[in-house]
Amino acid sequence: MTTAVRVASLSVEGLTYTIQGKRLLDSVSLRAEQGELVGVMGPNGAGKSTLLRALAGVIEPSNGERYLDGRTFRKVPPRERARAIALVPQVAPIVHGFTCLELVLMGRYPHMGRFQIEGATDENIARQTMRLTDTEQFAERTLETLSGGERQRVFIARALAQQPRVLLLDEPTANLDILHQLRVLGFIRQWARDGATAIAAVHDLNMAARHCDFLVLLSEGRVIAAGKPEDVLTAENVRHAYGVESVVYRDPHTGALTLSLLGPSDGISARRNGVRAY
Amino acid sequence: MLRVAGIPAWGTYRRSGVVTRLAIGALTLALAILLIVLISLSVGPVSIPVRNVASILIGFLGIDVGDVSRTHELVIQQIRLPRIIVGATVGMGLGVAGATMQGLFRNPLADPGIIGVSAGGALGAVIAIATGAAGLFFMSLPLAAFAGAMIATLVVYGISTVSGHFSMATLLLAGIAVNAFLGAIVSAIVILLPDNGALREILFWLAGGLDSRAWEHVLMSLPPILTGIAIAMVMARDLNLLMLGDDEARSLGVNVVPVRLLLLVVGAMVTGVAVAVSGTIAFVGLVTPHVLRLLLGPDNRVLIPMSALGGAVFVILADTVARTVIQPAELRVGILTAFVGAPFFILLLIQNKGRGYSL
Repeated sequence: MTTAVRVASLSVEGLTYTIQGKRLLDSVSLRAEQGELVGVMGPNGAGKSTLLRALAGVIEPSNGERYLDGRTFRKVPPRERARAIALVPQVAPIVHGFTCLELVLMGRYPHMGRFQIEGATDENIARQTMRLTDTEQFAERTLETLSGGERQRVFIARALAQQPRVLLLDEPTANLDILHQLRVLGFIRQWARDGATAIAAVHDLNMAARHCDFLVLLSEGRVIAAGKPEDVLTAENVRHAYGVESVVYRDPHTGALTLSLLGPSDGISARRNGVRAY
Repeated sequence: MLRVAGIPAWGTYRRSGVVTRLAIGALTLALAILLIVLISLSVGPVSIPVRNVASILIGFLGIDVGDVSRTHELVIQQIRLPRIIVGATVGMGLGVAGATMQGLFRNPLADPGIIGVSAGGALGAVIAIATGAAGLFFMSLPLAAFAGAMIATLVVYGISTVSGHFSMATLLLAGIAVNAFLGAIVSAIVILLPDNGALREILFWLAGGLDSRAWEHVLMSLPPILTGIAIAMVMARDLNLLMLGDDEARSLGVNVVPVRLLLLVVGAMVTGVAVAVSGTIAFVGLVTPHVLRLLLGPDNRVLIPMSALGGAVFVILADTVARTVIQPAELRVGILTAFVGAPFFILLLIQNKGRGYSL
């Protein structure tokens, strides 16, 4: 854990979430500070999505506290929270008939009075965020005519249109081609550097190492490592969390921390005993 | 839903702003209502020329329009006008109930008749008539229908979300079961009831019609239905977000549980009150929002008020045809809406299947 030198935008203490007797989050504490892109990693079922949903206020934790700018969540009204925190879901839902522009404009709802209708300013913001995510050409098309990756970018545009201080992204690059993976993570990092906070669940460890300022490694609902990428992405941590043997080095071309995966830990040990098993 | 892309002229309206779409829709539908009302006031066993209808209407406003037939004036004032207003009210209520339920259930086939909410309202009303409670006070019949509709709503809602998410098949099957169950109770009441005035009243009214609707029915139905529509319009933006899913709605600041409950209550109330004055008129809540969604898009801020106007157009038109097509006898309006609505429903089923809805 880093010490709180600055006021954390979003922080949680002892967050525990239990559903149907299964503990998906187990006393998770972390703080995300202004200017940071925080990567949340971990194997399937480690609790990444659950953590993001709890941070977004979408689910209520069984135990623990969440703070937005030092205020406990309970004291932040839902609409105010929606102006501060935006969530990009892992699987973008489809609602038939809505155009992409209409969907992105929904990100403006928390900023509008109950009887207000989106105006030119809102449309400008929406079109601008669509330009950022390379989706402006889809503005008039309906959601169901897009591919999964295109739809994901539209949902990122909507989250940005909320103009949040904290952006939560659940596997934002999972469905994207390599060009858009680089672009999306690149501008999210830039956007964070400009004074916001971003927390992203990232599956691809190399992507996480390359783009994130701070990494959190989850396993079975617990934080098993947190800190700078070089402190978290070690062969030992990767073995512990994933059961995979790896070599960590600096890529000579990009200068980024890079992992080469050797194979499952049990396979490696079997090979050492003279049996090729993976 | 059909694609809008193939219709360029409407496509441009479809893609214009909320206010533009509201204005175009409201203007068009208001003109349609005016036209249909004038025609509907003029046709019937006593034929009144449209010019005289207009004079009589203007006369009601206290403006002297010279000589008009006293008989014609009475026919319009006492028979046709209240019937048309009740029809418009019922149409508004059913149109808005359909649009709201389709959003809440995230299901384009939700309709108060299909999913059993109307049947719940009918049972509530039948019990009120059979027990004599309907005569207790002015609003007891609509209140009983509202209670029945609310119970049916909660049952169907509970069943269709039991797996944790909405399923189209579960919703429709729950509707079939609830409709059959409630229908059985109504039949039992009808059979067990001694043959008296109450029985005739129930039978007359179960078929769904607007005959002999008078000003008291306007008074009974118009205020609660207008209130329900107003609430639905205020909540329309939240309903847009609910259509994307609970997580989405929550992360965009919607207080999901109370908002959904309020909208369910509104849907049950407008359906129950509509059923109380007209019996069960099917498919209005299905056909109206669907056609309007094709033309104006799925945004509930446009769709809900336009479904009110569109539902009024549909019911007045259907009732006008129903009471004139086999003169001097009358068909009932529910028969007409079913003739249009049932094939439409089947068409939607086939189309949605093709579009990859999990049925």
